[in-house]
Amino acid sequence: MKVAYWPGCVSRGFTPELHGAMEAVAPLLDLELMEIDRASCCGAGVIAEHNQELADTLNARTFALAQQTGESLMMNICSTCQGAQSECQERLDASGDYRDDINATLEAEGLAYEKGLVTNKNFLWLLVEEIGLENLKKKVKKPLTGLKVGPFYGCYIVRPTDRLGIDDENPRDQYMQWVIEALGGEVIDYAGVYKCCGFPIITMNKEASLKMAGTHLSDAQDADADCLVVPCPLCHLNLDLQQPMAAGQIGRSDLNMPVLHLPQLVGLALGLDNKALGLNKHVVKPTSVIDWSTAVVGSTAESGW
Amino acid sequence: MPDYTLRLRRYNPESGEAPHYEDFQVELEGHRSVLEAILKVKGDQDGSIGVRCSCRAAICGSCGVRTNGKPGLACHTHLDEAAKNSKDGENVIVVEPMGNMPVIKDLIVDMEEVHWKKIRRVTPWLVGKQPVPEREYIVPHENMVDVTQTMACIQCGACVSDCMTMEMDPLFIGPAALAKAYRFVGDPRDADTKERLADLAEDPHGIYDCTHCFQCIEACPKGVAPMSQIMRLRRRAGSDFGLDDRNNGHRHEMAFVKNIKKNGLLHEADLLPDSYGGKFHPRAVPELLSSLPVVLRALKTGKVTPKKALLHEHKAPKEVKKIFEIIESRPQRNEYNLYISGNEDDIAGEAVGGESLGSGAATATVEAPVAEVAAPEAPVAEAAAPEAPVEEAVVETVEVVEETPAPEAAAEPAVEEAPEADTPADGEPTEGDAQ
Repeated sequence: MKVAYWPGCVSRGFTPELHGAMEAVAPLLDLELMEIDRASCCGAGVIAEHNQELADTLNARTFALAQQTGESLMMNICSTCQGAQSECQERLDASGDYRDDINATLEAEGLAYEKGLVTNKNFLWLLVEEIGLENLKKKVKKPLTGLKVGPFYGCYIVRPTDRLGIDDENPRDQYMQWVIEALGGEVIDYAGVYKCCGFPIITMNKEASLKMAGTHLSDAQDADADCLVVPCPLCHLNLDLQQPMAAGQIGRSDLNMPVLHLPQLVGLALGLDNKALGLNKHVVKPTSVIDWSTAVVGSTAESGW
Repeated sequence: MPDYTLRLRRYNPESGEAPHYEDFQVELEGHRSVLEAILKVKGDQDGSIGVRCSCRAAICGSCGVRTNGKPGLACHTHLDEAAKNSKDGENVIVVEPMGNMPVIKDLIVDMEEVHWKKIRRVTPWLVGKQPVPEREYIVPHENMVDVTQTMACIQCGACVSDCMTMEMDPLFIGPAALAKAYRFVGDPRDADTKERLADLAEDPHGIYDCTHCFQCIEACPKGVAPMSQIMRLRRRAGSDFGLDDRNNGHRHEMAFVKNIKKNGLLHEADLLPDSYGGKFHPRAVPELLSSLPVVLRALKTGKVTPKKALLHEHKAPKEVKKIFEIIESRPQRNEYNLYISGNEDDIAGEAVGGESLGSGAATATVEAPVAEVAAPEAPVAEAAAPEAPVEEAVVETVEVVEETPAPEAAAEPAVEEAPEADTPADGEPTEGDAQ
């Protein structure tokens, strides 16, 4: 399957292991990534809070570039991109006149956003809705047997439900649990599954921000999770990069919760090794995951996996 | 008739018992409300159940609770819908008091400290522009349509219940009170727009404390979308008034915007110091020192390699920059407001030919349309006149600097009069003006 691929900024900046893992996993899923590398930052909600037209124009440009690939499906690997772009797309699709205004700015570059040509889906949605869980199961080489994984959705990919198309038919707020199970892992339910990592206010209210991260990590640890999995690199920044500070903020010195990017978790089950997935690049060493993976190699070989 | 298990969280501080859950069986049609189930159980089985309610029609805002984990009105939640989210088994409906507020008894919470005090804190009344006109203030129609969204608030506390910032920082002014603040900031008759914004931006628990989690938008039973109102307060404070706050809110926003304008993609290494006002800003020094361990950790793990991670090159920096230049040089900031104009696909069925924005928009999205009194000769161009063609009208233009001349100079096109049901009356402090 070919998709227009938008990796975002952070996946190539502070969490380069995410982009790397996605590129490593894609061929195993028969995904051909047509990278739209001329696109710009989605604005992460911050540009929209500065000037809405600016955010809408930048994202209309990204969609227009995706249109140029000729593919109707655009994939992102960042919930924040998903949320911010869905918000802009909602406005762009609501009015032809508004679209014309925005396209007038894009005209200089010979671009125009057309309604209905591009559907933007996070890798998580694509896994379930396009690739399919049955298909995914068949590709599993090293099932995550016994690995206890806590899903951490964050905000942008689950709220608001109507804008993100979450309903009875597409319960996208259950997909991470489904994927973890399809990969053979055990889902850990804990209080923070749908909560905010705190990243957006790290520069404005560091205390509250780190308390959020620390509390959710702590809840997951108490629920006996081996690791968390996130569809958003910004959540990863607060949960992994800032984890030592979050631990300090909530006064918990034994906090040690590895956080994996979604493509990393998928890659593990599809048989990629830790290094190829960049697991060595995390601040919190995913020792429990690596130990698990070494332990499982031997046993799965015997059981015929 | 389906049989539901109503699992109520019981707590009576006078009993000395710890909070606990108690199950009640109740037979009711699925389309009946959770509140009806609670009242039935209270009437038939246990009269000691504490619940606050009044209108039973989603108007009074008394019966805010959490149903199967979701905040909302008990009277506005169908049993069959609630049962869908059950984690505890088929047809089990767990009803708990709202979060972030102390429990008085069972499902009744004390809203004083966390909600009402915050509402009073935002000066929830109109400070009329002087001199007060002899008859009515004359204002653009769509500005009044705009503030009806926040007037729809019925003070039920559902958004406060699950606000993620309030959970960590109880001093946060919160979604309900900030939405109320926008109701007056967005009102062209108010004289204190700038003062209100400065106050909310400077408060360490004000508009820049919102973590952008969308939970309040999801929770609100009346479509107030408090977070969207908070973002508009930020746009007004930062972009329109250039208010530099002590919380780094506006500086962070500007650092981010500058960063993308310059690079096309986000360069994290520049963002942090710039958010605190640049590397040499006095505020930046302690912050950067305290975040040094983080950067060192990142370097140590090989996560950040100066070349690849920090300076990722962008292939179209010029084109992106051009977009910034075009839009930032506009004399007015354009803001497309879905609440005012709705989705054209939804409107298409109702709208006729060259129908004016005002009525078209109001019929599409506003539950209680503000009465529209068309001023036949709309003299000022910037605000869309009722006769204006749709394409102009759907884009809400916001003046860059809000020191507009006194409105009674007949400068604005539409008269806000609302003679019908619910007038947003001056000085009406807390009640939802529109239903």
